[in-house]
Amino acid sequence: MSIRVGKTGNEAVAEAMRQINPDVVAAYPITPQTEIVQIFSSFVANGKVDTEFVTVESEHSAMSATVGAASAGARSMTATSANGLAFMWEIVYIAAGMRLPIVMPVVNRALSGPLNIHCDHSDTMGARDSGWIQLFSENAQEAYDNAVQAPRIAENPDVKLPVMVTMDGFIISHAMEVMEILEDEKVREFIGKYVPENPLLDVDNPVTLGPVDLQDWNFEHKRQQAEAMRNAKPVILDVASEYAKLTGRKYGLFEEYKLDDADIAIVVLGSTAGTAKVAVNALRAKGVRAGMLKMRVFRPFPAEEIADALKHVKAVAVMDRSDSFNAVGGPVFVDVRSALYDVDNGPKIVNYIYGIGGRDVTPDHVKTVYADLAKIAETGQVENPLTYLGIRE
Amino acid sequence: MATLKELSNKEILISSGHRACAGCGFPIIIKQALLAAENPVVVACATGCMEVCTTIYPYTAWKVPFIHNAFENSASTLSGVEAAYKSLSRQGKLDKKIDFIAFGGDGGTYDIGFQALSGAMERGHNMLYICYDNQAYMNTGIQRSSATPRGANTTTSPAGTESYGKKQYRKDLSAVMVAHEIPYVAQASPSNWNDLVTKVKKALAVEGPAFMNIIQPCVLGWKYPSDQSIELAKLAVDTCFWPLYEVEEGEYKLTYRPKEKKPVEDWLKRQGRFRHLFKPENAEILKEIQEDIDTRWARLLAKCGEEA
Repeated sequence: MSIRVGKTGNEAVAEAMRQINPDVVAAYPITPQTEIVQIFSSFVANGKVDTEFVTVESEHSAMSATVGAASAGARSMTATSANGLAFMWEIVYIAAGMRLPIVMPVVNRALSGPLNIHCDHSDTMGARDSGWIQLFSENAQEAYDNAVQAPRIAENPDVKLPVMVTMDGFIISHAMEVMEILEDEKVREFIGKYVPENPLLDVDNPVTLGPVDLQDWNFEHKRQQAEAMRNAKPVILDVASEYAKLTGRKYGLFEEYKLDDADIAIVVLGSTAGTAKVAVNALRAKGVRAGMLKMRVFRPFPAEEIADALKHVKAVAVMDRSDSFNAVGGPVFVDVRSALYDVDNGPKIVNYIYGIGGRDVTPDHVKTVYADLAKIAETGQVENPLTYLGIRE
Repeated sequence: MATLKELSNKEILISSGHRACAGCGFPIIIKQALLAAENPVVVACATGCMEVCTTIYPYTAWKVPFIHNAFENSASTLSGVEAAYKSLSRQGKLDKKIDFIAFGGDGGTYDIGFQALSGAMERGHNMLYICYDNQAYMNTGIQRSSATPRGANTTTSPAGTESYGKKQYRKDLSAVMVAHEIPYVAQASPSNWNDLVTKVKKALAVEGPAFMNIIQPCVLGWKYPSDQSIELAKLAVDTCFWPLYEVEEGEYKLTYRPKEKKPVEDWLKRQGRFRHLFKPENAEILKEIQEDIDTRWARLLAKCGEEA
């Protein structure tokens, strides 16, 4: 039996952290993640968790201490947003390179500058090649569900990689919604006991962690890391399938929404998927065969599966909530277009960059995208490969 | 007080065969520090000479658990290790007394790791942070740090026609750590091994954070023959450039007073990095360096309740 509750995204993720009951959390407050740290602090203060909570002096030390704790043999978590993620950047890569199964909720916020505290994906998109698994969430329910599944994925012996669980700043993190959470014991049973490999605190079997790794071995170790990311894909699906049995909520690498027979489709991640579903429903009511692919797992990137899901579509728009500043298009666009390269007579594909710095995106905005796609599908011609949506040009 | 006989019966926890330069001071510091530990030790180490010379994969010189994370974060990394220890012990998953030592060079401690160090000390982790202070970024090729003494010729504060080397006096990091009001702060030198070992014992025995600043002669950076490291460490102490003292719960104590306070020139002239200071045009700089040492020494004596 699940429990129905009203929670914001931050509250839902903090609740998941309480249920995971990590041995160590080292975290630093930053808008819009702050509430997660605050709520978790109160769990610690009231004896609701066994966690040693390290109130570090910066995000750089948050990730450093989390790496230390995970290396020591503790199940370890932190959480951050935007500039905080940027500040811990160096150690984000080290956490992955050391193959530490850290779980980190990231509340998506625009990366400075200029300073802006509202949602876009520039923070986590910048970390897309850091070696972390990235799970995106459409709403608080998904953020909670992803957070509960994350330790199982991270700690799998074939994976041993850190996981970012993301949710849109304010739009999800601060919005109350009705959702379902599991009973504590069910979460604990689901994630299981953590058995660390070669922990630092096993003083009878001393190990040297984080050695200098030069020309002779570094390449082999990076190759193993790449393989671990490949291994993650089936593990994510296995964990999701087990979670579905527990909750009835099904997760895959992505969600296909009315995509089977779609002529035109958008690819989107985060809260905008909810907005897009409204637009798709309205278009379907008018007989337009519109569909949507909502990415959940951005790293590892499910290229073959995406190609398979989109190959029948005539025109696809990839919605990017961050820009790559590469003068071509956003990061999701570049990967999705690459995934479709080997599809014979594949869809025309265009890119929309939207919602930067928290700019609102409405169903009407999404409808204009579908209108553009309908024209491309009809004519076979792409006039604007890249459009900035909802902006004063 | 440790005795040589007692120490000689203990296992040396850093092996030979590491890649440090002949005459390097840090392996001696590691050996002495780990000999002092009564409990199993877990070590964290900043990027730098110590890390790259002792851990080239697939080899390691460490016989204790060791973690290197990055340059500026050995204090925060060890914070996490110590937090894990507390958590797992409290939950009954671990039942063993373990000591925690972080090592960092002066670059990783005085400069880039300063914030992480300050944070870890303020939070009160039960750990000892040891700075092996060789007075410049030696691993990258002798660049100045805030620990570099005034007048030193480094590759980023070179002596030249318009410069006598580094313009600033060194940061007094030990004093900054005293200002954190942690239970134990000390300065030590590998030349005075008994003093060093005794201080490490004390530092590990206190409840809460401890900081030790240990001078480490560097053959390449200081420019002297490789058989003179301990002599140069001794001269730094006997010229009062590097006084040996400790601060226990705020109480200063001088742990060694040279019988005769030698002029700083005795230490400077043995090192190539100060050679240019002995040109006639730099006589005034030499004088100022001596005056600075005299002032600091007098101030320290007063704090320690010693006669001037």
